[in-house]
Amino acid sequence: MKNENIKLFMAKGAIWGFIILELIFFSVAGEFFSLSDKAFMDWDNMLLLFKQSAPIGIIALGMTIIMINGNIDLSVGATFALCAVVMLDSMTWPIFAGLGNWVIPIAWALALITGMVLGLINGLIVWKTGVDAFIVTLGSMLGFRGLVFMYNGENPTSHLNWTLVDMAEADILGVETPTIIFVVCTLLIWLLMTRTVHGRNAYAVGDNREAAVNAGIRVGPHMVWNFVLIGFLAALSSVVFYSSSGSVNPNDGTLYELWVITAVVLGGTKLVGGSGSVISTFGGVIAIQLLRKGLGHIGADTAMVNLVIGLILIAVLFLDQQLNRKGKEELKV
Amino acid sequence: MSELTILQDSADRRKAIVALFARNGILIAFAVFMIGFTLANERFLSLDNVLGVVRSSAILGCIALGVTFVVISGNLDLSVGSMMSFSTIVVLDLHDKIGPALAIPVMFAMTMALGALIGFLVGYLKLNSLIVTLGMLSAIHGLTLTYSGGKNMDIADKEGTWFSVFGQGTVFGLPVPVIIFVTLALILGVFLARTAFGRKVYAVGGNGVAATFSGIPRARVVFLTYVISSFCVAMAGLLQASRSLGSQNTVGQGLELDVLAAVILGGASLLGGSGTVFKTVIGVLILGFITNGLLLVGLQFYVQYVVTWVIIILAVWLDVAAKRGRLWSPIA
Repeated sequence: MKNENIKLFMAKGAIWGFIILELIFFSVAGEFFSLSDKAFMDWDNMLLLFKQSAPIGIIALGMTIIMINGNIDLSVGATFALCAVVMLDSMTWPIFAGLGNWVIPIAWALALITGMVLGLINGLIVWKTGVDAFIVTLGSMLGFRGLVFMYNGENPTSHLNWTLVDMAEADILGVETPTIIFVVCTLLIWLLMTRTVHGRNAYAVGDNREAAVNAGIRVGPHMVWNFVLIGFLAALSSVVFYSSSGSVNPNDGTLYELWVITAVVLGGTKLVGGSGSVISTFGGVIAIQLLRKGLGHIGADTAMVNLVIGLILIAVLFLDQQLNRKGKEELKV
Repeated sequence: MSELTILQDSADRRKAIVALFARNGILIAFAVFMIGFTLANERFLSLDNVLGVVRSSAILGCIALGVTFVVISGNLDLSVGSMMSFSTIVVLDLHDKIGPALAIPVMFAMTMALGALIGFLVGYLKLNSLIVTLGMLSAIHGLTLTYSGGKNMDIADKEGTWFSVFGQGTVFGLPVPVIIFVTLALILGVFLARTAFGRKVYAVGGNGVAATFSGIPRARVVFLTYVISSFCVAMAGLLQASRSLGSQNTVGQGLELDVLAAVILGGASLLGGSGTVFKTVIGVLILGFITNGLLLVGLQFYVQYVVTWVIIILAVWLDVAAKRGRLWSPIA
């Protein structure tokens, strides 16, 4: 029984253990190596960390559901860029000229709808053609990126609206808008995954698609909804990020899909589907951002960050495999 | 002759036509494409233009040849783009330090060592290839940045070196990159189709368990596919370095997904067990000719992304549909 608890902790709590380890390590190492005299676990620094992890984090929540489903979405980076272009450009459209600042909610809505439509396209193709989601979204990653370029050529799309910037950088007790949205989304999606029929279906579909079909779950529409959701979240992430920056390059968001998948996998979600948790993904996102900040704090450069993240990802995979294999062998005995 | 048999006949004929399209769909699409663009612009099929397209596709093409082996064995390789950046930077740096004649073999050895590491992790430790190569994408990028110190790498004496022959030279009017690409494709094509090792790659990808039970050393086969892939990446890095004689650290960034697009376009299944080197070459050429054709008719380079998107989905959809015998997925 006790053994079971340890195993459960290893499965669910490993990422939090890792985060605590990082905090201790960087705090101690920071005393010796840091160039700044500020402590690593400074309140402001931690708030900044949450804010910086929001863009990747919000998308990672959606990716968790997609991966629990046994699918994958490589097009999120391009969706991210396209939604930003729609949001920033729509504010300059002549039809909205007389609206003043009321153009902001309209631009946000347009961007979010764009994200959902892109997700819907992916979902419908996956459902109706039966082509693997990896290939479908690999294709749309190229296609959506092409649309971004076709919109405005190779020029950046910029529009600075100070009310918008103020909204994006507003804070409650120091907690800024992106952080709030990230945390609220995590809670909502956690509720969705643990307290609703849709959430239960997501695990069922990923675990055994045949069985899910036999149990009467309409697998196709279910997956389409999830793609719409990740499209929405990628758009939300884009809206939050570009509201404050006000300018998007056509190449923005490239490789986001890989960072997002890294965070989700680090959080313990399996690629084959059927298992994973939104809260662990939240942990995975924080762990990666902590690693970036921490390595920066002790004076390591981007090169070291990339190297370490890559090696940790492989190490996590290896440990996970070893632990699971042991569990299976015990079951046999 | 009853009505039923006539119906049967026409159904059979339709099935046969569908099967014909499915089996050679990619070739038919290629032919249609070429004819269309030739009609739109007579320069399209001129020798100069064709050689130009093959030449500019050679780097992507070399990598795609190696990735074909990996994909047939049922795995993925997302690290090729970052690995190519590594080999390009290494060979450019060593060129000035130890001379081109030594730099090239050393670079090949270093790149193939990375490939062997991935092969070990995926083959012998049986780790998921998508995540391993995703991790290696990041790790190798870090390695490249550490090696170069984040700076661009340039050859000091750009005029006087014979190193530029691989990327810029011509032999009997044929560009050297084209010769290298075609030779590599022929060798690897024969290797995959005509040797025992090639059959083992298909067996491992088609049904890994069955392959193990028939005595095929699955781990070693997978290991070797990654070594082959890294060899091809090193070749691409050499072409890239020699063509530009200077490079950024991120020269191969994002290439991994373009390469996969070419391999998938060639009809290899991501589940493993199917695909050929010849079809991958066709996939590479289609991507190359799409870019070129769209540019020739006066469209911007990024229109190719959208066209590629549509073509990839259609190609794979036709393939899947032919296998299951109906157009739409049966999932409710």
